[in-house]
Amino acid sequence: MSLLTVKNLALGYDSHTIVDNINFAVDAGDYLCVVGENGSGKTTLMKTLLGLTGPMGGEIIAGEGFNKKEIGYLPQQTLIQRDFPAAVREIVLSGCLSGMGKRCFYNASDKAIAEKNMEKMGITHLADRSYRDLSGGQQQRVLLARALCAAGRMLLMDEPVSGLDPKVTLEMYELINNLNKEGMTVVMISHDISAAVKYANKILHIGGNVFFGSVDEFLASEAGKFLSGESVDKR
Amino acid sequence: MMDKLAFYFEHKFVWYALATAVLIALCSSFLGVTLVLKRFSFIGDGLSHVAFGVMSVATVLKLSNQTMLVLPATILSAILLLRTGQNAKIKGDAAIAMISVGALAFGYMVMNVFATSANVSGDVCSTLFGSISILTLSDFDLILTIVLSSIVVIVFVLFYNRIFAVTFDEAFSKATGLKTELFNLVIAVTTAIIIVLAMNLVGSLLISALVIFPALSSMRLFRSFKSVTVCSVILGVVCSFLGVMISIMAGTPVGSTIVAVQVVVFFAFWLTGAIAKKG
Ligand SMILES: Nc1ncnc2c1ncn2[C@@H]1O[C@H](COP(=O)(O)OP(=O)(O)O)[C@@H](O)[C@H]1O
Ligand SMILES: [Mg+2]
Repeated sequence: MSLLTVKNLALGYDSHTIVDNINFAVDAGDYLCVVGENGSGKTTLMKTLLGLTGPMGGEIIAGEGFNKKEIGYLPQQTLIQRDFPAAVREIVLSGCLSGMGKRCFYNASDKAIAEKNMEKMGITHLADRSYRDLSGGQQQRVLLARALCAAGRMLLMDEPVSGLDPKVTLEMYELINNLNKEGMTVVMISHDISAAVKYANKILHIGGNVFFGSVDEFLASEAGKFLSGESVDKR
Repeated sequence: MMDKLAFYFEHKFVWYALATAVLIALCSSFLGVTLVLKRFSFIGDGLSHVAFGVMSVATVLKLSNQTMLVLPATILSAILLLRTGQNAKIKGDAAIAMISVGALAFGYMVMNVFATSANVSGDVCSTLFGSISILTLSDFDLILTIVLSSIVVIVFVLFYNRIFAVTFDEAFSKATGLKTELFNLVIAVTTAIIIVLAMNLVGSLLISALVIFPALSSMRLFRSFKSVTVCSVILGVVCSFLGVMISIMAGTPVGSTIVAVQVVVFFAFWLTGAIAKKG
């Protein structure tokens, strides 16, 4: 049994379907990359997994006692956050809310979890700084630390490196890779096929032809040949 | 001058007015931070016009207790406005502009057509801009303000962390299991309550100032959510207190005096912020 099993899932808004027939499974310890062109429905897939939008059809089954509340989520950045007056520590702590039940205020263990995750992300020295004064890469680390506070076992990331420069992008990939090696299950939306092939163990391609399988299977498939060839040519 | 103040403070209604002004400022500045950051301030503006429309009807009906009609009607409109705002098919801001201008026109028409007093424009003016002189509030008004503002403050303190999370990132909060719709509802209903409470004090056109200015001023200088919230509450209370005192001594209308103080404070904060950034 996998943590998440997705069967014949159809995605869309209102009554309009964007893609259907999506089948895949996420096992504990996986590093799954979701690829596909702009507008193919990657963000929608993530929102559906999180229950932010309803599925058009099909099912999402949780196994091994996995609870949706154990998912940490790194959203595609929204505009509203850019000039929001919030200290880094306030943001990271807010990730602990999901585990608080009916409690209203943070306790010592919530604070310890937040400190630990800030340390992991290398942002302890920024704890009292304002989010809006940070660079794009630092902001992503803050949101990742928040996601880790909420993540028991699984991390969902929507284009975590978009808008970052190459050096910061590489650091971010290494950070995520280390988390995965420590046992965190990672599901990441990415534009970057070459990085997906390098770090992930499974690939889900949605869009024209839906593909799901290991990285090797992906490279051997039609979509994989086309896409990885294309991304190599570009470089 | 002190004699004049002492003379005024021998009267119960002056204490009532001061207490009401401070309590309302406390709630509205608390709420203002969230409303401004969630880009919800237009809901406050729309609601205050709806409250004006309902108030006109209540005046014409000669209700002895207008609040009992205005409060539920405004809360209901708040819920409806929130629904339309979340509906992607209808442009939320256009719908709200329609409702608020409609309510304003309707209210003014009702007041004129069914005029119950000789001084219609005086009535309209005080509903829009608050009492001309110092307020006379009944015991009921004061108790209602104390009860409702206590509820607002308790809700905000207890749910402070969750309100921060929902304000900062609604999608993340929802994904991690917070009931974001419930929080939006609480925020809309709270806004409605504050607007009805503030209606007597500053009138329906000036309420938005009470909600927005403290938050905007604090954001010039402070950079964490907590410090912005605390500063905003202090500013709201201090400005209202000063506004009431000045209006007593100078004989100016309460509502516009408070707002004038808010505007001055905003420019002071803006200037300080700009200088601090350069320095
Ligand atoms: N809230 C929404 N309501 C209706 N349609 C939407 C909404 N969000 C996205 N879409 C549409 O769904 C499609 C897929 O979007 P998305 O999942 O964001 O793609 P991706 O993340 O792969 O770029 C797009 O055509 C987009 O226009
Ligand atoms: Mg997307």
